[in-house]
Amino acid sequence: MLSIKNLQVKLEEEDKEILKGVDLEIEAGKVHAIMGPNGSGKSTLSYVLSGKDGYEVTAGEAHLEGEDVLAMEPEERAAAGLFLAFQYPVEIPGVGNMTFLRTAVNAQRKARGEDEMSAAEFLKVVRAKAKELKIDADMLKRPVNVGFSGGEKKRNEILQMAMLEPKMCILDETDSGLDVDAMKLVAEGVNALRSAGRGFLVITHYQRLLDHIKPDVVHIMANGRIVKTGGPELALEVENNGYGDILAEVA
Amino acid sequence: MADAAQKMTTTEARLASLDMPTGGWSEAARKDALSRVQKMGLPERRDEYWRYTRPDTLTQAAAVPAALFHNDEAPLFGDIDRVKIVFVDGVFDEDASDDLSAEGVNIERLATTTADIHWARDLYGTLEAKGQDPVERPLATLNTAFATDGVLIHVTGKAAKPISLQYHHRSETSDAILHHVIRVDAGAEVTVLENGPAAARFNKVMEVDIADTGIFHHVRAQGRDHERRAATHIFARLGTESVFKSFTLTANGVMTRNECIIELTGDDAMAHVAGACVGDGDFHHDDTVFVTHDAVNCESRQVFKKVLRNGATGVFQGKILVKAGAQKTDGYQISQSLLLDEDSQFLAKPELEIYADDVACSHGSTSGAIDETALFYLRSRGIPEGQATDLLTLAFLAEAVEEIEDGTLREEIVDRLSGWLERHRS
Repeated sequence: MLSIKNLQVKLEEEDKEILKGVDLEIEAGKVHAIMGPNGSGKSTLSYVLSGKDGYEVTAGEAHLEGEDVLAMEPEERAAAGLFLAFQYPVEIPGVGNMTFLRTAVNAQRKARGEDEMSAAEFLKVVRAKAKELKIDADMLKRPVNVGFSGGEKKRNEILQMAMLEPKMCILDETDSGLDVDAMKLVAEGVNALRSAGRGFLVITHYQRLLDHIKPDVVHIMANGRIVKTGGPELALEVENNGYGDILAEVA
Repeated sequence: MADAAQKMTTTEARLASLDMPTGGWSEAARKDALSRVQKMGLPERRDEYWRYTRPDTLTQAAAVPAALFHNDEAPLFGDIDRVKIVFVDGVFDEDASDDLSAEGVNIERLATTTADIHWARDLYGTLEAKGQDPVERPLATLNTAFATDGVLIHVTGKAAKPISLQYHHRSETSDAILHHVIRVDAGAEVTVLENGPAAARFNKVMEVDIADTGIFHHVRAQGRDHERRAATHIFARLGTESVFKSFTLTANGVMTRNECIIELTGDDAMAHVAGACVGDGDFHHDDTVFVTHDAVNCESRQVFKKVLRNGATGVFQGKILVKAGAQKTDGYQISQSLLLDEDSQFLAKPELEIYADDVACSHGSTSGAIDETALFYLRSRGIPEGQATDLLTLAFLAEAVEEIEDGTLREEIVDRLSGWLERHRS
């Protein structure tokens, strides 16, 4: 599904290398988790994959189902099936959540040469999916993320994911700022989207999110590289012993 | 002295190019206006209130020719049940207009009411003359003296339909002067719509007198002819518990000066004036607003938003004057520009002058660019850059557009703005 080879990235504005050769293969139907200490490059990886400005790829490649992701505009990546759930979802005053969702769904459909969703059909689908995520009608009407609590913002990210039905979902610290109940709700939303044709990359600091979203593979990232890969037990090891032992072991 | 002499030469040349209609109930007001404008002289660049906008093309004897603009869009407000009144290059078009009658209103034309007695006699030029203090507005006075036509609308009840003034521009050299007078009786309510480019050069005055508890809504779109020039004035007086709400959309236009002079004379009245404009290239748009609070517990709002690109210029001069005794005044003023590139400019002069001690007045003025973080967020969801920029631009304009109460009218305006933005994507 998503294939990353020797990805090296530096900041555009300063001569600082963030990713120093990342290799990652995420298969359809699998959930991969990346854990790692602050500053290890986890979020940068998600931004580079989704096309945010400010980064320069100095070497390596990334392909989504064979397509060169790094050569595409952010909107083309989205239409190709890539989705990033933001760590800090952006507030957009003046743009209604519903308008935003429908514009996004139809823009992607148009880009793929599919028919646009009618207003009535869209409304039906969005209401059903919103209900599952306990997103009420008021939240749909309000401007995008404006006045939303931390939990509401994250649920709104998952709602977008559910509406856009991407092939490859990247969740960037989706658990940050959530209490246990909110985390469960978000995890349920993600789990409902797990399917044989969809890959997931879950980026997190802590193991607790992975209690709810069970990963198939866990990677530890440090200093711009994946330093260790294993099964779910690797996450538990981090939880119990911190990153220190693992980093010492691979050093 | 050279400046003053030059000013008088320009004024005399302009006045000499015009013929004053004679006779009838408006003659005294016209003569009075002529002597006032002769004394004031027309605006020139050194005048304090014309520092950001060059008045020369508005004051010179002949209009600068303006190419006609053709488009195949459905006309604005076309689907709304309304009383349509059409002016072509400032000349009333009877065939294209509806029958000037509707329940709750009495509509007549300025040019055809020639008797000596008429209800508009006490109003014509009166609010305009009062609005000259403390800031002179000579183009409006010129208008009072020389207007060739206009509508006189007496609103006696709840008007059954909006009154829709539609202005067409069909001659490249047309120079139109229209003067409308609207009187809203106690408890009466009306919506006045205006749209279209009107003429190569358009000088328009609208005097609106709203009696106690009267309600006046105004939605205007100034037409997309880019080369047209316009100087417009709205003079409004508000009685107790009355409501005045005016919104203007301006897309294109090399020279637009819209002045709005509002006086709140009765307690508990409410005046909102808003504008959204979008301009590209040699677009120049000036909103000059003066709101006077002269009664207790009144609310006023000025909301102006400008989207500028490729060197376009936006001007805002807005004032709130709170007179002694106008306690519990709630005054709000915001003027903002979204600069889509580094060549465009926004010049703002917000002013507050307050002589009462128990008031809440706020004002703000900002210039900014598109929020890159929001833009990336939208794009990451698959919305192409151009469309995402448009969404954010419409969001920027929303506060002004939302001042239009009627949902159907608001949607029509949003559609026009969307269309303009889509056509002007970089």
